[in-house]
Amino acid sequence: MDTTPRAVTRLIEEFHRLPGVGPKTAQRLTFHLLRAPKEQAAALAEALAQLNDHIVTCSICANIAEENPCAICRDEARDRSIVCVVEEPLDVLAIERTREYRGLYHVLHGAISPVEGIGPEDLRVQELLTRLERDRGIQEIVLATNPNLEGEATAMYLERLIKPLGIKLTRLARGLPVGGDLEYADEVTLTRALEGRREV
Amino acid sequence: MRERLYRVEAIVLKRTDYGEADRLLTLFTPDLGKMRAIAKGARKPSSRKSGHVELFTHTALLLAKGRQLDIITQADTIDAFLPLRENLERVGYAYYLAELVDRFSEEGTENRALYDLFLRALNWLGDAVNNPALLARFFELRLLQYVGYRPQLFKCIHCGKAIEPIENYFSAEAGGILDPDCAQTQREHIAGHARDAQILSLTALKVLRYLQTREWETARGLRLTPEVLSEVEALLQRFITHHLERNLKSVEFLRELKAGASVGRQA
Ligand SMILES: [Zn+2]
Ligand SMILES: [Zn+2]
Repeated sequence: MDTTPRAVTRLIEEFHRLPGVGPKTAQRLTFHLLRAPKEQAAALAEALAQLNDHIVTCSICANIAEENPCAICRDEARDRSIVCVVEEPLDVLAIERTREYRGLYHVLHGAISPVEGIGPEDLRVQELLTRLERDRGIQEIVLATNPNLEGEATAMYLERLIKPLGIKLTRLARGLPVGGDLEYADEVTLTRALEGRREV
Repeated sequence: MRERLYRVEAIVLKRTDYGEADRLLTLFTPDLGKMRAIAKGARKPSSRKSGHVELFTHTALLLAKGRQLDIITQADTIDAFLPLRENLERVGYAYYLAELVDRFSEEGTENRALYDLFLRALNWLGDAVNNPALLARFFELRLLQYVGYRPQLFKCIHCGKAIEPIENYFSAEAGGILDPDCAQTQREHIAGHARDAQILSLTALKVLRYLQTREWETARGLRLTPEVLSEVEALLQRFITHHLERNLKSVEFLRELKAGASVGRQA
């Protein structure tokens, strides 16, 4: 007979639903919280509650943020003539860590993946085109999608749409090994990739 | 003693993120058919494996038996089909061929003929002289044959009589061609086996037969009007979705690519 309290199994199940969390890890996290001071669990619960209430999507770059427009889009010190297109918000974080890039971003929220039925219309592509149409100050687009097939296909697709607009297009240099995810790239590799971006 | 490590050559059909930084791969192999395996740490750029287990790569693998899924311990690219990766249309078609292979194969069922076809098709797809749309039709017909769904194109599927060189009918339900008489009776009959029968032009029939019976080296010389090519495409698409009982996801992307070129210009 399973005597585990319902509240405990429920939390294990919820952890288990998260990406990268197996059943063992879910159990470990749950029992860690049970043993930890009460404040820790309370802080986690509060943080989770805030997630829904205080997170917005930036109407300019589509990144997740606390305010709209986001801090990067509002920052007057940034170079507004260059926009770096990434797949995920985590990629913005990875590039920001390099402190190499001073332009703005555009987050697609995914990449083209025909096997999964994810096409351009499921990504923030139209938003990017509208942005380019409205903001004539943008002179360069850096395509920083992942160096795998989906990322390359997405970059090729965007290239096709943006080329006719006469905006300079660059792609991250191939310092990044094929098949990897941008968010895992170390700062050195990413910095080199940014420096060595090539025009497409 | 049971061997813990074994070697296979494979083409990567599909991959999904798995766990923290791993990938779950769907592989197509000559001897073991379709199979799944884990590539540990393959999402990390530092991984030496990631490039060798990229989609549509022909790769030599060393696997270790796992409790549920086997684990890839070594991967070496045999052919990455680089030319095909440079072109969005051709990438789109590679997705389509891979989805067909995936949907029509079962895990653990060997299909050497289909494996060889897929391998050659990926090569052909990278060659600019080959029309990818025609290649896709050729591939569909061969694949259907190798998985036991070869459409009948020479005799009436209902009465068995040889087909006259006129406008005939094609039924996915019945599995092939029908002469006009049989098509009419079968379509009207309440228990008919070909109520989906549709007109098939003589040119399209000739093209289908040609593709079904020739090698690609010969078939690729066909020069077709867009109308004939779309008639053949629509017919095979109906036939395939009839057997799969579902739509293929990558078809949508190919459609978008065709339509997409105009979207960019108006922006
Ligand atoms: Zn923003
Ligand atoms: Zn007949």
